[in-house]
Amino acid sequence: MSDGAIEADGQAPAMRGAFVDDADAREKFVARQRRLLWRKRLLPLVALVGIVAAWWLAVTLGDIKPFIAPSPVAVAATLAARFDVLMSNLAPTAIEALLGFLLGNFAAIAIATAFVLRRTIEEAFFPIAVMINTIPVVAKAPILVLLLGNGMEPKIAIAALVCFFPTLVNMTRGLRDVGQEQLDLMHVLSASPREVFFKLRVQNSLPYLFAALKIAASTAVIGAIVGEWIGSNVGIGALIIQATYNFDSALLYATITVGSTFSALFFAAISIAERRIIKWNTGRAV
Amino acid sequence: MPAVALERQPEPPLDPGQTAAVVCRDVSVRFTTERGTVTALDGINLVVPQGGFVSLLGPSGCGKSTLLRVVADLVAPTSGAVEVLGEVPTAARRRREIGFVFQDAALLPWRSALDNVALPLEVGGGRVGIGARSPEELLNLVGLAGWERAYPHELSGGMRQRIAIARALVYAPKILLMDEPFGALDEITRDRLNEELLQIWASTGTTILFVTHSVYEAAFLGQQVLLLAARPGRVRELVPITLAAPRRLAVRETALFVEQAARLRRVLETC
Repeated sequence: MSDGAIEADGQAPAMRGAFVDDADAREKFVARQRRLLWRKRLLPLVALVGIVAAWWLAVTLGDIKPFIAPSPVAVAATLAARFDVLMSNLAPTAIEALLGFLLGNFAAIAIATAFVLRRTIEEAFFPIAVMINTIPVVAKAPILVLLLGNGMEPKIAIAALVCFFPTLVNMTRGLRDVGQEQLDLMHVLSASPREVFFKLRVQNSLPYLFAALKIAASTAVIGAIVGEWIGSNVGIGALIIQATYNFDSALLYATITVGSTFSALFFAAISIAERRIIKWNTGRAV
Repeated sequence: MPAVALERQPEPPLDPGQTAAVVCRDVSVRFTTERGTVTALDGINLVVPQGGFVSLLGPSGCGKSTLLRVVADLVAPTSGAVEVLGEVPTAARRRREIGFVFQDAALLPWRSALDNVALPLEVGGGRVGIGARSPEELLNLVGLAGWERAYPHELSGGMRQRIAIARALVYAPKILLMDEPFGALDEITRDRLNEELLQIWASTGTTILFVTHSVYEAAFLGQQVLLLAARPGRVRELVPITLAAPRRLAVRETALFVEQAARLRRVLETC
């Protein structure tokens, strides 16, 4: 691009009044921005279509049996034909994931706050949190099923546990990593500890919190699905197990598509919330 | 050249009827680390008259920032006494007599320019001094009218520092402490802000203590320059600067200025 849309014009004025009206250049600049945005939106779509086409070609030309891998056409047909079954199984998984997300993150934020307010609590309990985090989800799941029974509760608990740790670590850091000069400023202004916490630490932690929430949005769904593998008749996890045992690969793939789409929507919802709440940081946001 | 007083003046006499803004009596600060004890300040004596402008000049490690932080109640002296408007620094800070401008502006990035300036009104009881101006007025005073809604990341370093100055002035403190506020700025911006700072000082009557590395900045701004020597930090000399007010940037080309800056430099070389 060499149309000089944003080039300085030789006699650049001082800081204020730096923007000179140039309708033509501005139009070119905006058009270019719009092209770049569409490019960013369309390229992943093109790539996805390419991959699905390659998959379809491989299954068709390679004569792969349907119980090994279904063709995308068969998956699409199953998605349409058994949409009600898929949705009725998504509902419990979605509820478990959402409740687990809320519970796990709420607990993590509360404990991070306690950690920052009282260092002793952090020194006592952080190593324990690390140890619990080292237990694999597949090992936590049966323990929680034994403890909480066969209903939704153990799935919610697993979803909450997998959300908990990243948020705890990020939130603690966000509340603590406040600039020394900002703390000095609050001291010179004789701000109360409460004001320092709410006007400085909480605000400072928001980008850290949202980074963790975006991770948690997808891990909560995974947690709920893993929970359903062990002792459940309904849910995306149960449907995955059922489809696998019946060699119904088209249903398996359709189930995975539904689960992933839900995860992606959950992630997108958190991203939108982040953009609305943290206006000052959008340039740096991922 | 007129003979400019250069003899040592540990405690310059105040004019009759004038009260001291800041008094330091034999102030020492020692920090203990695992590598031993460091004496940052050693027996500092200083009297700053109300409405005065004192530049603190010295090599790195001379404790000029520490001295400022002692006055601001950010560091407690190990020994000696500090009085700010006749009180201990903690009391003066609580009564909102002290404003502080940091080297890196220390703005809150989630607040707009206007909300940053208004921060002191929202915390610590929001107490303001006599003659306090509104945040809008102050943004105007520092030349940022029209930028109220901008966030710090959208502004240049010079503009951020102007906001920090407006924020310190919003509660009309009697004493303004500035810790190398323009150290990270380019020379053109720094010159402009120096001149504007003198105008603000003249219009508000605030007492200013200004830490700097620059001989020219110290001489241009200060009525007096306190030269500090390093390791341990101690007063080397208090040099009065006899330039007529109001000072404009062009004063730096006069023989008097060049002479006084040269003297500061010569003393600085022995610090």
